[in-house]
Amino acid sequence: MFELFRTSYAYYLANQDRFWMELGRHVVLSGSALAISLIVCIPLGIWAARHPASAQYVINAVGALRLIPSLAILFLALPYLGTGFGPALIALTILALPPVLINVYAGILGVERAVVEAAQAMGMTARQQLLQIELPLALPAIIAGVRTATVEVVSSATLAAFIGGGGLGIFVTRGFALFEPRIMLVGAIPVAVLALICELILGLLERWASPHRQGRAS
Amino acid sequence: MSMIIAESLTKQFSRESRPAVDAVSFTVEPGELIVLLGPSGCGKTTLLKMINRLYEPTGGTLLIDGVDARSLPVTQLRRRIGYAIQQTGLFPHLRVEQNIAVVPQLLGWARPRIEARTNELLDLVGLPCDFRGRYPHQLSGGQQQRVGLARALAADPAIMLMDEPFGALDAITRSRLQDELLGIQRKLHKTILFVTHDIEEALRLADRIIVMNDGRIAQFDTPLAILTCPSNRFVEQLTGANDVLRRLSLLTVAAALGHGRRSAAAAGAVADLPPLRPQDDLRFALTQLLGAGESSLPVIDDGREVGQLTLADLRAILPQTIAAVGASQDGCNVAGAAPQT
Repeated sequence: MFELFRTSYAYYLANQDRFWMELGRHVVLSGSALAISLIVCIPLGIWAARHPASAQYVINAVGALRLIPSLAILFLALPYLGTGFGPALIALTILALPPVLINVYAGILGVERAVVEAAQAMGMTARQQLLQIELPLALPAIIAGVRTATVEVVSSATLAAFIGGGGLGIFVTRGFALFEPRIMLVGAIPVAVLALICELILGLLERWASPHRQGRAS
Repeated sequence: MSMIIAESLTKQFSRESRPAVDAVSFTVEPGELIVLLGPSGCGKTTLLKMINRLYEPTGGTLLIDGVDARSLPVTQLRRRIGYAIQQTGLFPHLRVEQNIAVVPQLLGWARPRIEARTNELLDLVGLPCDFRGRYPHQLSGGQQQRVGLARALAADPAIMLMDEPFGALDAITRSRLQDELLGIQRKLHKTILFVTHDIEEALRLADRIIVMNDGRIAQFDTPLAILTCPSNRFVEQLTGANDVLRRLSLLTVAAALGHGRRSAAAAGAVADLPPLRPQDDLRFALTQLLGAGESSLPVIDDGREVGQLTLADLRAILPQTIAAVGASQDGCNVAGAAPQT
């Protein structure tokens, strides 16, 4: 076992340039997918929370996307979108949408009715209500959604290598093809560490976003 | 100070067959504390929320200081009207001082002015200054309600709307806050509309009470008049108008002394008897009388005995109010009562 890690490390030392390039690509790919999902989901989630009756369909449709395995999304995209960074990005974005959207929606809807009414009665405009009251109160939920999505996207981005999207998955596919576990580990371990780091950072961010909940039992 | 005039104010919710508030008309004088009293579903909260247009009326007009409320931009109208509710509606992510500063900030007050006002308000509602940095969940229910009151008063609005603000509090805290509201009202003379379903609270706070039933005003009068001259069976039952003790609670010792024959200042008043003050209510006085087992108690004002209150005094003042209840309606001055159907 130790021997395996040692040879893995040796492989990394011999291919440092390639490793850092693929790591960068992995991060850019995941980050872009998350950024796009946020840009789409925040307005969509707010709209949905304002129109819960009609929004139910949108939420359910997006929720259904969750049921499709990520590998299937990647391969389903293949015939239409071809290979490379773009299709991988689209597939990962689709993966990130449901958790982010649902948490934006639930976060906004979860703001206590009396609080929204008070904001209204104080004479806030709709915009002020959203920016000063609803979004800040929904922020912990939104960050929790991003956290779920991030872990999912960072680990699934490994699969992008299958359709030529690059990233750390390159080492996994190569190791797989060559029956060389040491090469696979050069991809797999950093992905796991990366996901863990994101999880930690977003967890801290979530705490920071809810100062008013600290010290509460829940 | 602000005058509120409603003329056949109506709210018909789209999915309901009957209007929640049905062509209600009334006039509130500046500086009055008006209690809207009625069972749940009677339309009192709906009526309240039409004043600051949280609900838009579907009919009638509402004049505030002679200006049609609809003619103002709604945010501007609301910033001039304080609002306090049972669930407090405090913003959980904002500290106490930020909560209080919301309306002044919307109105664009300068920082130092807001600072000064916050201190003033915390003092007014009886919260220590070091509470300013706390979050609402770090406060007790009563303290939260005080912050809610301070927030509603922040920009010194002439009108205050209060929707069962003390409804969720325990009896002791509630009665303390009622006292403080009355104290604040004596200082500030706001025009207050206060919703409650608690008759005791209504009698205690109100200058005048609007009794509501099924979206209409059943009676609009002073607490004493509502108890002594209920306009119909509904008001009588709701307020327990035949409750002698309740009626006694609205009369003062001073009034009873005026009614009975003036007792000669009793020589050698026993020192250990609990003294009464002229401003005490008669329910309290009766309790003291019965508790002491005496037939009379000294009434002390400013350290000087002004008379003796006897059970006979209480008996003497009661027939008047009882007679009024039994009397025909023309004996009663029932202002603003809805026509009987």
